[in-house]
Amino acid sequence: MKIPGLVLSLALAISSLTAPAEAAPRTDIVLGMGIEPAGLDPTIAAPVAIGQVTWQNVFEGLVTIDRDGKIRPQLAESWEISPDGLTYTFKLRQNVAFHDGSAFDSGVAKAALDRARGAQSVNPQKRFFEAVASIDTPDPQTLVLHLSRPAGSLLYWLGWPSSVIVHPKTADSNKTEPVGTGPFVFDRWVKGDRVELKRNPNYWDKSANIALDKAVFRFIADPQAQSAALVSGDVDAFPEFGAPELMSSFESDDRLTTAIGNTELKVVAGMNNAQKPFTDKRVREALMRALDRTTIIDGAWSALGTPIGSHYTPNDRAYVDLTNVYPYDPEKAKSLLKEAGYGDGLSFTIKVPQMSYATRTAEIMQTMFAEVGVTLAIEPTEFPAKWVQDVFKNRDYDMTIVAHAEPMDIDIYARDPYYFNYRNTAFDVVMTKVEATADPAEQDKLYVEAQKILAEDVPALFLFVMPKLGVWDRKLQGLWVNEPIPSNVLSEVHWQE
Amino acid sequence: MSASTRKRPLGLIAGLVLTGLLLAVALLSLVWTPASPTKMQILLKLKPPLVAGLLGTDQYGRDIASLLMVGAWNSLSIAFLSVLIGAGVGTALGLACAIKRAGIFATLVLRGCDVLFAIPPILSAMMLGAFIGPGRFTAIIAIGVFMIPVFTRIAFAAASRIWARDYIMAARACGKGAARISIEHVAPNIATPILVQVTIQLGLAILTEAGLSFLGLGLPPPAPTWGRMLAEAQTFLRPAPWLALLPGLAIALSVLGFNLIGDGFRDLLDPKAETGR
Amino acid sequence: MIGLVLRRLAGLVLTLVAVSALIFAVMNILPGDAAAIMLGTSASEDTLAALRSELGLDRPVVWRYLAWIAGALHGDFGRSYTYGVPVSELIGERLSLTLPLAGIALVLSVLVSVPLGVAAAARRRGIIDGLATLFAQMSVAMPAFWVAILLIILFSVQGGWLPAGGFPGWQVGFWPALKALILPSVALALPQAGVLTRVTRGAVLDVMHEDFARTARAKGISRRVTLWRHVLPNAAGPIVTVLGLQFTFLVAGAVLIENVFSLPGLGRLAYQALAQRDIVVMQAVVLLLSGLVIVVNFLVDLLQMRLDPRLRATPA
Repeated sequence: MKIPGLVLSLALAISSLTAPAEAAPRTDIVLGMGIEPAGLDPTIAAPVAIGQVTWQNVFEGLVTIDRDGKIRPQLAESWEISPDGLTYTFKLRQNVAFHDGSAFDSGVAKAALDRARGAQSVNPQKRFFEAVASIDTPDPQTLVLHLSRPAGSLLYWLGWPSSVIVHPKTADSNKTEPVGTGPFVFDRWVKGDRVELKRNPNYWDKSANIALDKAVFRFIADPQAQSAALVSGDVDAFPEFGAPELMSSFESDDRLTTAIGNTELKVVAGMNNAQKPFTDKRVREALMRALDRTTIIDGAWSALGTPIGSHYTPNDRAYVDLTNVYPYDPEKAKSLLKEAGYGDGLSFTIKVPQMSYATRTAEIMQTMFAEVGVTLAIEPTEFPAKWVQDVFKNRDYDMTIVAHAEPMDIDIYARDPYYFNYRNTAFDVVMTKVEATADPAEQDKLYVEAQKILAEDVPALFLFVMPKLGVWDRKLQGLWVNEPIPSNVLSEVHWQE
Repeated sequence: MSASTRKRPLGLIAGLVLTGLLLAVALLSLVWTPASPTKMQILLKLKPPLVAGLLGTDQYGRDIASLLMVGAWNSLSIAFLSVLIGAGVGTALGLACAIKRAGIFATLVLRGCDVLFAIPPILSAMMLGAFIGPGRFTAIIAIGVFMIPVFTRIAFAAASRIWARDYIMAARACGKGAARISIEHVAPNIATPILVQVTIQLGLAILTEAGLSFLGLGLPPPAPTWGRMLAEAQTFLRPAPWLALLPGLAIALSVLGFNLIGDGFRDLLDPKAETGR
Repeated sequence: MIGLVLRRLAGLVLTLVAVSALIFAVMNILPGDAAAIMLGTSASEDTLAALRSELGLDRPVVWRYLAWIAGALHGDFGRSYTYGVPVSELIGERLSLTLPLAGIALVLSVLVSVPLGVAAAARRRGIIDGLATLFAQMSVAMPAFWVAILLIILFSVQGGWLPAGGFPGWQVGFWPALKALILPSVALALPQAGVLTRVTRGAVLDVMHEDFARTARAKGISRRVTLWRHVLPNAAGPIVTVLGLQFTFLVAGAVLIENVFSLPGLGRLAYQALAQRDIVVMQAVVLLLSGLVIVVNFLVDLLQMRLDPRLRATPA
């Protein structure tokens, strides 16, 4: 009866012999993306793919945004905001070096921010820095921003990819050879195919446990090819897989795991609020009530995605579910249209970008509108080139549909000019108040109010938030499930055997 | 061995049958389809053939048989109109060039054809699509313009041979103007090669239209087109491969029909040139 | 002969210049602004203006065209707006995919079609002839992108033997890279093979009726030897001509096929550059492709003169 014990100890002996070889986890990752970035400098171009490769990996900011959407210190270890909200004093970290060896100090930080807000700036979010009047550097470890008016979102904005700190020496070449302070160093870019990063041996944050030596971002546009690359193991992870209809095919694969989270991509059918019939709130409400968001998500995105009732996502602070303000009710929609004088029908055109979420949603909307007597003509509009020109710039459209990618951009309804042509003083006041206060609790209350105003006034038809369709190797840990800001942060990613 | 052994024009008959069927389906779609091609039934999405509808349903639960039928009409109407433009303009240009073969006009037009020929048609269609936006008009113009040089060259070559004939000299001597001679005497005599080319170009036009639709430069939704059906089917290859089989088969059979007619015509009209392009 | 070549060369250059002007004009009147595309929807007007002047987009169109031509003559095609690297570098990288792709497709189509066409002509109205004709008709009628999708269904989705798309790059090794090109090149080759089969069959039939072929047979030379030694070389003229003419279709097909398989080749580059209104890249790519077509056609003309015994016989 001692045999089992013997077998057990033998097994233990064998496993302890082979364990070291098995237990050594991999230190490299191949991460797939659907879109190749246009350049690698997030401070001079808008495409989110740039940040999804470089932000937090190559480049870092004064502050950062974590996986829960919270602001955290980064190159600034602490800060103080004066009671009037007009002076921000940052205490900067010491012993931080760029990948080329240049030191980081307050002079570099000031130069980076001045570049972003200066006359020659081509920063896509230059508006973030509008309130900044001047920047002081009393000593190498102190940076002081003087504001001309309070800017309650400034700290959050400083965490964005477009606000990362670059060195003046390498600023001009960052587009092709990014040099930052992050845990990974740019290695090479095979255009049309991949960007390779390697570990930064001199990373300043010794407490960070960087587990990867090498990271490859591969760009594969076609979902079918994305799927094949995942199944074959050519790619270890697709944090944003391209086709919801293929997600179920991964369930049978024991090696892969799926994680469906939320993005910041709000799919919204914008209307030209300065133009009849959209000037009439009854019409806008009727159109909203004519749409069944659940069926739209079902048909357009394989039932993956979260319906929204305002221009806000469940990721965002102080989110409230407002989908019940105008629930699906075709009868009510018909009577509202009749009341507004469109009992005999109404027809208009929707300008639709070629992306599949947009074309599919528009085709379903077309059918649903037809049920309440609204004829929707679909006009394919090439995105971005023609869409930006026609809809965004010239505002020559009735209705359009697009996913708004920027986090916390509810203020676009207060912007003038903006393509919705929407004017609502009550809403503008709320947005001004958000910037005027630095108190987070007060801001949260205001954001709730703002969401409600939009949900009731429907300046655009709020449809759904695109899901973040994550597919990756089961042994891979540390990738973000939700996406409070478009990114692929690698600092916590590791393999677990 | 003798080349002039009589054979029944099997190819021509097959081509006529295929094209006749295609035309019939396209015309029928104007008055009747098994189901509404725009009616979505999300609950019935991606059903295989015979489970829902004759040929199954697409990702919105629409009836594929109906979509294919209307697609036949869209494909044919665009192909016919664009070839009409190409053949009309091209033949006119070719006839005009043949009047004075080395003149400035002829040189410019023929050189222009070279330029148009040099830019791959799909690239020029992409640029044109970006310029005027996708739609029926874009598709017809893009394909039609690309057809012009072919017809210009054929018409020019054929007309030049006619101009060298005696009876043209005679007409000239009677004091008839060049334009009148072109229309009265030259045009009827080059009709055969032009007609053969028309059938061949019709097949090519269907292929090109499908390619444009595939790239999203064809008719806007909800108008069904075979090319867009194929493009949309691409992400459903795993759960619903039939989505990608049927529209492609429809394209291939239509093109085959026109090509068989073109070849058959050529054999009938010019038995010596039995093969070739 | 030399005079003729020189005249054709002059015509070639003229066509190229016309093509370049046409492309430049079209790209510049396209709606859409490269700066607005790069800076997104939150950029202010002054930021856009700053970027436009950085890219040189605020200069007059004619000035930009002339500057571009001047640069092109020195081999400098400018810098891509979106990638920020020299266009020539970008194109060079992409050619390392598109050229092998088109090359393999060409070789494949010749390898299939020439033997098939010859065999079909050898036994006219036989089974092989019937099959060859059927193959030719079907492959010409099938859209290449549909063939591509069918191949993906068969070999990737169902079989899992070959990649459904993407390209690992030649640096990972010859075989993995080649594997990624197999399906695309087959899809690209099939319609070409159809056309070539018909042309080969027709050309061989034509030559077989000529006197020297009959004489060869009469002398007792075997049918096979007559076909391959005497008939085929003399039928090469039309085959090579069609091969050249088909080059346009090969290039156009590559644009579609590269998109189906998401291969980072020249066609995909053109597609992306157009979407981004990256004018500098677009015009260089289109010029290169049309230039290739023009040059290939020119070479085919020359080759034809060498191959055709009648043309060769005539004194220059």
